[in-house]
Amino acid sequence: MNKIWLVIQREYLTRVQKKSFIIMSILGPVLMAALMIVPVYLAKMSDEVKVVGIVDESGFFTEAFDNSDKIKFETMRMDINSAKEAYETMNYDMVLYIPEPSYTYPTRIFIYSNKEPGMLVENYVRSSINNDLRTMRLKDAGVSNDVISAMKNKIDLKSISIDEQGLEEERSGTLNLILGFVLALSIYFFIFMYGTQVMRGVLEEKTSRIIEVIISSIKPFQLMMGKIIGIAFVGLTQLLIWVILTAGIVTGVQSTFSTELDEIEKYQSQKTGQMIDPSDKVEVTKDYGKTAEFVSAILSIDFKVIIGSFLFYFLFGYLLYGALFAAVGSAVDNETDTQQFIMPITVPLIISIITIQSIANNPDGPLAFWFSMIPLTSPISMMVRIPYGVPYWELALSMFILILTFVLFTWFAGKIYRVGILMYGKKPSYKEIWKWIKYS
Amino acid sequence: MDLLVVENITKTFAKHRALNDVSINVPEGSIYGLLGPNGAGKTTLIRIINQITGPDSGKVLLNGEPLQPKHIANIGYLPEERGLYKKMKVGEQAMYLAMLKGLSKKEAKDQLKIWFKKFDIAPWWDKKVEELSKGMAQKVQFIVTILHKPKLLIFDEPFSGFDPVNQEILKAEILDLRDQGATVIFSTHNMSSVEEICDHIALINKSKKILEGSVSEIRDTYKKGTYELEYDGNEVELSKFLPINFEIISKQKIIKGHKAIIKLPSPTYSNELLSTMMEHTHIRLFKEIIPSMNEIFIDKVTQD
Repeated sequence: MNKIWLVIQREYLTRVQKKSFIIMSILGPVLMAALMIVPVYLAKMSDEVKVVGIVDESGFFTEAFDNSDKIKFETMRMDINSAKEAYETMNYDMVLYIPEPSYTYPTRIFIYSNKEPGMLVENYVRSSINNDLRTMRLKDAGVSNDVISAMKNKIDLKSISIDEQGLEEERSGTLNLILGFVLALSIYFFIFMYGTQVMRGVLEEKTSRIIEVIISSIKPFQLMMGKIIGIAFVGLTQLLIWVILTAGIVTGVQSTFSTELDEIEKYQSQKTGQMIDPSDKVEVTKDYGKTAEFVSAILSIDFKVIIGSFLFYFLFGYLLYGALFAAVGSAVDNETDTQQFIMPITVPLIISIITIQSIANNPDGPLAFWFSMIPLTSPISMMVRIPYGVPYWELALSMFILILTFVLFTWFAGKIYRVGILMYGKKPSYKEIWKWIKYS
Repeated sequence: MDLLVVENITKTFAKHRALNDVSINVPEGSIYGLLGPNGAGKTTLIRIINQITGPDSGKVLLNGEPLQPKHIANIGYLPEERGLYKKMKVGEQAMYLAMLKGLSKKEAKDQLKIWFKKFDIAPWWDKKVEELSKGMAQKVQFIVTILHKPKLLIFDEPFSGFDPVNQEILKAEILDLRDQGATVIFSTHNMSSVEEICDHIALINKSKKILEGSVSEIRDTYKKGTYELEYDGNEVELSKFLPINFEIISKQKIIKGHKAIIKLPSPTYSNELLSTMMEHTHIRLFKEIIPSMNEIFIDKVTQD
């Protein structure tokens, strides 16, 4: 036991002292924080107000457009040809041309500009006009103004979970999706990154020929486990540093630029509002409603279960794959030969990444259920499901299967490892590796 | 008393039988040579003694006890395929390997400092292994093999890669360790080193032990009763003076005299040969021809 501890220490210390580890630990959070903050700033910086000149030959839409923070509308009192020539000198960014309709209402409108008008303007204009057209047609059909404004009220869907005690809690599908995706992806990333480190470590011992010296002092299985566990601690350390640093940077930036960030937030919610439907913007309370909803959705998440199961799947997913990667490293002499054996290991990982979307769409369906039970996919697939809430018996069963498979795989990997580390020369076939497992 | 007893060990890998019913006895305090051509099974036997692999059948006794994990601390092993972690610092690495053998941190450090000084590599303590020359790396490997003062030392081709000066240092250290009570097993096909330092040997060929015993006994067994005789002056007509049961195998003229190889019917006739020759010439050299280990090795292996 004492000796495994020595191996764990060596594996851990030599890795965390490496320059690459220190750089990754600092750079990772900086990049992540940058990824969150920079686009928002950039979006804010590039947003000058767009001035749209309107040439309305139909005469229906003179009052249809509300000015927003980003878009200003002005009616141009001239015909379209002179408007096209003059719009730039008159400081318009583009011309919105609504031609004389051939029948009752226009069916086609045009935007003229030398630059791309952008999604924001296009969507805004399209939905404004559609809104007005709908209102006009309804009026023509004899619908009263009261009914028309009543029609603008939209349904507000809330998803409420009821637990066994009958307690009700609001939940947010989008938030769950994002949370599940981020957690599953980080498990995938860590399994890959640290699994290959295990493999490289084994290869290093083999190619530097130190392996025989070491296994004359310690059992190969102990060495393998020491290496896998040591590298697991490296992964946990990196995760911890990242979480702390990212949180630190984000809160630091938030407190320094809190006012600006508020604006950014406001802008973003406006933007989403505009994208969906400009008429929503009229309801001022809506924004506050959304924030409150978001907060309550975050509060509704069972963080104890999420953090607990994340750490579990993070660790055991890695341990399971770590053992397999160790076996691969022991079976060959150099890194190029590892490809053939890595392939079957990575297939389940990649499948579980591909199916994230389908599992999130139906977190209680058969695909979700079986993938979160199969131990090679469960660390990722189960993490996608957990934010949506998973019955405890399923969670327990999945964890139990994972632990059992881990023990079994480690035993097999240990057998391959024990023989493989002393084999030099030609790359073994699967048949030969199978024989190694059967050696006493 | 025998420190190590290997009894009827058999080991098979897939279809290849690496060891076939091999038994050896290594006397305490001896330097024991394990000889044999490449692929004979030496390394497999050594790995079994080191508990790296297990035998299919047979047993190994160390100090009269069947091998157990605790015996790891009593054995020091320098494998033929030896190396170090390239990116680790020399001192740290030596500490790690010493502690894996069961030394405490303090013991390991104190002992290592002494040995590093003795081998002139103390200034390299904080350097990375990849900066060491091959010879220096070998010194580090040797030190960590013997640092925990094991009763049994196993060296697999220890001299490969050493320059002649370092070979001598190493040889002296090995003899010194033997004098301090360690038992040494040597695996090699360098026969001159066997004659110089081994007192017992076992010869393994094609998975079987074909010869075992003390070096002097073995050479005695394989001598053919031939003697070498050198004398000064003119050639003596040997066949005229010597009894007919003395066989003259060869004769030749050498600088300032002559040389002859003569086979005697039995060693007791050597005095008769000398007294006869003394009457006719001046004898410069007379010795029994004892086959070298190299000759015995080649002889046995090609015969087998």
